[in-house]
Amino acid sequence: MATKAEILAQAERLHAFFRNAGAAPVQTAILQPAGTLLDLYGEDIRARAYVTADAARGELMLRPDFTVPVVQMHMKAGGDPARYTYCGEVFRRQERDPNRPNEYIQVGYELFGGDDPAAADAEVFALFSEVLSPLGLRAATGDIGLLLAAIGGLSTTPKRKAALRRHVWRPRRFRALLDRFGGRAPVPEARRRLLADLRARGIEAVMDAAGPEIGLRARADVAARLATLLEDAAEPPISAGEAEILDDILSIRETCVNALAHLRDIAVDLPAISPALDRIEARLDALAGQGIDVDLLDFEASYGRTTMEYYDGFVFGFYAETRPDLPPVASGGRYDALTRILGQGRAVPAVGGVIRPELVLALTREGGQ
Amino acid sequence: MSLKLGVPSKGRLMEKTFDWFAGHGVNIRRTGSEREYSGAVEGIAGVELVLLSAGEIPRELAAGRIHLGVTGSDLVQERIADWESRVVTLEPMGFGFADLVIAVPRCWVDVDTLDDLDAAAAAFRAAHGHRLRIATKYHRLVRDFLREAGVADYQLVDSQGATEGTVKNLTAEAIADITSTGETLRANHLKILSDGLIHRSQATLFKARAANWDGPAHECFRALAARLGLDA
Repeated sequence: MATKAEILAQAERLHAFFRNAGAAPVQTAILQPAGTLLDLYGEDIRARAYVTADAARGELMLRPDFTVPVVQMHMKAGGDPARYTYCGEVFRRQERDPNRPNEYIQVGYELFGGDDPAAADAEVFALFSEVLSPLGLRAATGDIGLLLAAIGGLSTTPKRKAALRRHVWRPRRFRALLDRFGGRAPVPEARRRLLADLRARGIEAVMDAAGPEIGLRARADVAARLATLLEDAAEPPISAGEAEILDDILSIRETCVNALAHLRDIAVDLPAISPALDRIEARLDALAGQGIDVDLLDFEASYGRTTMEYYDGFVFGFYAETRPDLPPVASGGRYDALTRILGQGRAVPAVGGVIRPELVLALTREGGQ
Repeated sequence: MSLKLGVPSKGRLMEKTFDWFAGHGVNIRRTGSEREYSGAVEGIAGVELVLLSAGEIPRELAAGRIHLGVTGSDLVQERIADWESRVVTLEPMGFGFADLVIAVPRCWVDVDTLDDLDAAAAAFRAAHGHRLRIATKYHRLVRDFLREAGVADYQLVDSQGATEGTVKNLTAEAIADITSTGETLRANHLKILSDGLIHRSQATLFKARAANWDGPAHECFRALAARLGLDA
């Protein structure tokens, strides 16, 4: 086991590499207001982050990652483009496995702004690839933007698309929704009865019979959803063909070049993904320009779907194939939407990633033996 | 004394526990004055009775400070992280039944399933600017259940009592609480989601993995288990 001093020395080496690449070093507070993180990630973050509190500031969390505070800092005062690097502890609550670290160092690199997202993606990926190259890791890549575009291209209602987009990061719920919208899962009996009742008596009468109105979710909220349910029931199901196309896309797992060719074929039937494919192609060109061998680089369309739900474009991770027990040594991606949420209306394109120096150190030593 | 048995210190849960053991040929009783928390186990040498609040028994089991304990399975699963690695379920005891359920206002005619709850939460958040609040004291169980079901856009708010009243008081939109007959829910104009059963709880005899199970405790446990007719 490496000592903390050794891990910090390794972290400093990575930090220096990113500084030499032109990134400004930044620091963030360890204690972060819980409200912002809860609002972004939902209740799940409580199971993953340490929560504490005081009387003056209310609930606080030991920072579970740097992305949120760095985005906030940039949205307040950052130039365009801006490159940042940071190095410090993050804290992850472990409820099940006491062998997993609850405190470890992350070294990160984030790139905000610029006018060429493909070049920005490639710059970040190439830096990570370079600094990790002695370890012989496998890189995985994906593109959440492709999935969002594919959903956008389905011939169904905006509400169904919104529901599917909302659950891109929860594969099981996504599957259940797709099955329901596709008519592949039966309509629950209670829903069938409700729809019949609504058609027979009308929304107002059904609500009148249901008992007193209590709580903040008002009668208007209920009425709006009932109207949505009626509308949705009148919609034709998402066709089996389109559902198959979506499945086909989700199951793609090959080299980037082959994946793109495969996706170009699919785009004949689902042209809405073409702009996303153009972006992937531009990124591959930019990656090749950075010296990355895109003929060998893996693309997994479902990659990044089970991580925290802020990546909405390019996603990547670096894995030690000899150590499948380890988490990714590095991971990152594009998170334009997050800047919009934290920037209160203002949005900036952003892409970045983090490395775990203690894993770099462990693998370096393993390789040396 | 070599084996510590933790049982609820008062009320119906204590009485039913005593009855259950008596029904299985082991007499346990309180000793001393009515207010003194001490007790005895008859007929099995070496068993020490520890009277505890039912809510504290999970913690004592997890720490291994008692060898065996009787408490609600809901409390064990809520209060012990990764509970299966810390305690063994020896025997469900057939009393103290209570269901942990998710309930919403009856006037939500559009919501019958978790699927509906998720959709309602998304619309609620968009319309009201904050996540749909679910009042509960069972944070771990509810959060795990909703994550498993893929429900998003909710938040838990802590409620240690009178949880059924939180919706009317506008401090929550829905609740997750224990119910046995559902009467309190109905009286507060709430209904249970058709797939909203999180956990079916009952009083249960648990064994602590972390307790000291060296020689005498093990012998003592074997004698007790034989008398109780447990497989262990």
